[in-house]
Amino acid sequence: MQGAHLDALVTTAADGIAFDGLVVEPDDGGYVVEVDGDSHAVETDDDLRRVATEYPAYVSNWYFWHASAPQKADRWAFLRWIEGAEERTVPERYNALAEGVTQTWGQLRITARIDDGNRRYDISHVDDTAADATLERYDDPLDARTLVKHDDDGKYRPLKTAPTLRTGWQFVDLDPADLVQTVEFVYPATVANWHRERTGDLDVNHWRETMERQSGIYGVVQTWDRGKGYEHVNWVAEACCDDSQCLKRREWEYDDETELDVDGGDGEFPCREPCSLVISAARRWTKLEGEQPQTYEFELTPSEKEQVERIVEAVADGETEAIREADVYDGANRYRTRFLRAKLFDDEGNLCGVETDAE
Amino acid sequence: MQALVIAAHGSHLSAGSSTPTFDHADTIRAVSAFDEVRESFWKEEPHFREVLRTVDADEVYLVPLFISEGYFTEQVIPREFRLEEWEPELWDSDGTSADTATLTAEDTGQTIHYCGPAGTHDAMSDVIVQRAQSVTDDPDVGDGFGLAVVGHGTERNENSAKAIEYHADRIGERDRFDEVQALFMDEDPEIDDVTEYFESDDIVVVPLFVADGYHTEEDIPEDMRLTDDYRTGYDVPTTVDGHDIWYSGAVGTEPLMADVLLERAADAGADVGDAIQRVKSETGGAEASGD
Ligand code: SF4
Repeated sequence: MQGAHLDALVTTAADGIAFDGLVVEPDDGGYVVEVDGDSHAVETDDDLRRVATEYPAYVSNWYFWHASAPQKADRWAFLRWIEGAEERTVPERYNALAEGVTQTWGQLRITARIDDGNRRYDISHVDDTAADATLERYDDPLDARTLVKHDDDGKYRPLKTAPTLRTGWQFVDLDPADLVQTVEFVYPATVANWHRERTGDLDVNHWRETMERQSGIYGVVQTWDRGKGYEHVNWVAEACCDDSQCLKRREWEYDDETELDVDGGDGEFPCREPCSLVISAARRWTKLEGEQPQTYEFELTPSEKEQVERIVEAVADGETEAIREADVYDGANRYRTRFLRAKLFDDEGNLCGVETDAE
Repeated sequence: MQALVIAAHGSHLSAGSSTPTFDHADTIRAVSAFDEVRESFWKEEPHFREVLRTVDADEVYLVPLFISEGYFTEQVIPREFRLEEWEPELWDSDGTSADTATLTAEDTGQTIHYCGPAGTHDAMSDVIVQRAQSVTDDPDVGDGFGLAVVGHGTERNENSAKAIEYHADRIGERDRFDEVQALFMDEDPEIDDVTEYFESDDIVVVPLFVADGYHTEEDIPEDMRLTDDYRTGYDVPTTVDGHDIWYSGAVGTEPLMADVLLERAADAGADVGDAIQRVKSETGGAEASGD
């Protein structure tokens, strides 16, 4: 414990302190100090200082949360959540922090520890072993913006909460403010919205109102909602918001009276309105879904029908890369698919030579 | 506490679209003029809708990193940031003279000083000139050179052409370049005929765009016949019809652009101390005089 912590405690004591199991109350010219069920009546500031010295973890804990940790309510609550402050007593917490306390936030593994009396934080990808010496080390939160731009295959990630965060890096020895900033660069606004949700203040905007707000080239999405039907929005949520596609937990529904039939997911942090990617996709779907169904006649063998289904499934689940070159038992295998094209497509690319009827 | 929030377009498809925004934000962070600096995007995250709640400051200077006044600055940004009682008349602008309006954000209660776009600030003329210096690698470029300032025409937004003409006129009045001409992508005078509009042998072409992308990397170089196929690239300068064309790419990537963002906020009342001078000297704009 540092002298500065004790000085601050003595200075603040006159206003009373009650925090995380440490109570100091002015009483009759002196103070009553209560910690862990023990009660001490002390008369002078020096006595207070002496008693406080016996509880170094409580004093440094009080000091940290009032003088070192970021004071913005959501950042503060997030840091408390990381070390389980609401579930563990101060001594339990300090013991745990000596070893390191770990939480998962999306694909981030966040470890809090106490080092030389100060809380320090490390961040890495959940799929990496934090102790791995080959991980690239970072300590500037601003670098996170570049790290999150591409996935492990080098593809651009337009959705920050897609479960495709790059591996192979770690942020080490961050102070609390830098920890929160790094998390905010990886998953923007998740801390703020998570906290709003916990305090009953999450401002969810459902599908209908979000579409009605759109203008310009996106204004057309409003015409996709007709009557009472909302099946199309189920499909959107299933396509885009599933945990396999996005780590936010979808809290928006069709409107405030109509829940979607699709599960919102299990993410730690909420999604409060359809995001810009969903709106862009909805614009495209609004146009495509305006078409009338036609009847086409194709002749396919049973295996070919199943193969078409398998190809759709493999693309939708992002499995195509993983299908082995010579695995001709998988319908979405490249040779199998090329064979299907060679056999069934005409020179214009029409399936079974059947033209697409634009009528 | 005061924060600077930069509002930029961003992209679902191109990873590089946000890079200039990050770079300028970092330049401003480095001079510590604000307690917080945060980038926000229409197509990326933090989204316009949610950036304010990530900012601690009660006083926010919101500067659109857009080229002209119009749909984005008048409708999209105020709506998405939930600026209560916004109306474009608050800027009292003739299309290039938006300054600032002070509003409250409905969801966070923060005071938002909503500034006009970077692109129409007077300091932008200096950035265009600086861009010409960068591409020619000549701090005194001007004599014997023509300068073309390029943008969309009025097809998408009438003010977009106004912003181009505004800066072309201002730079023209300085008599630094032998000729200065505004050119457009979708109307006359068209960028396709760039060599017909200049007598000078050397022409610097500066597109007034925030970030490089389809228009600045593919369209404009091909339209000017710098190359048949943008993928094969082009030389700087490239000779076309006997003129040497020095094509600079998007003006928004010029480091001095950070100064414009800062000046927008300072004009709106932000206390930035000597940050403007420091940013100018760090981004090569120290010599760039006002008018
Ligand atoms: S709308 Fe869906 S995809 Fe977009 S952020 Fe929310 S949950 Fe994720």
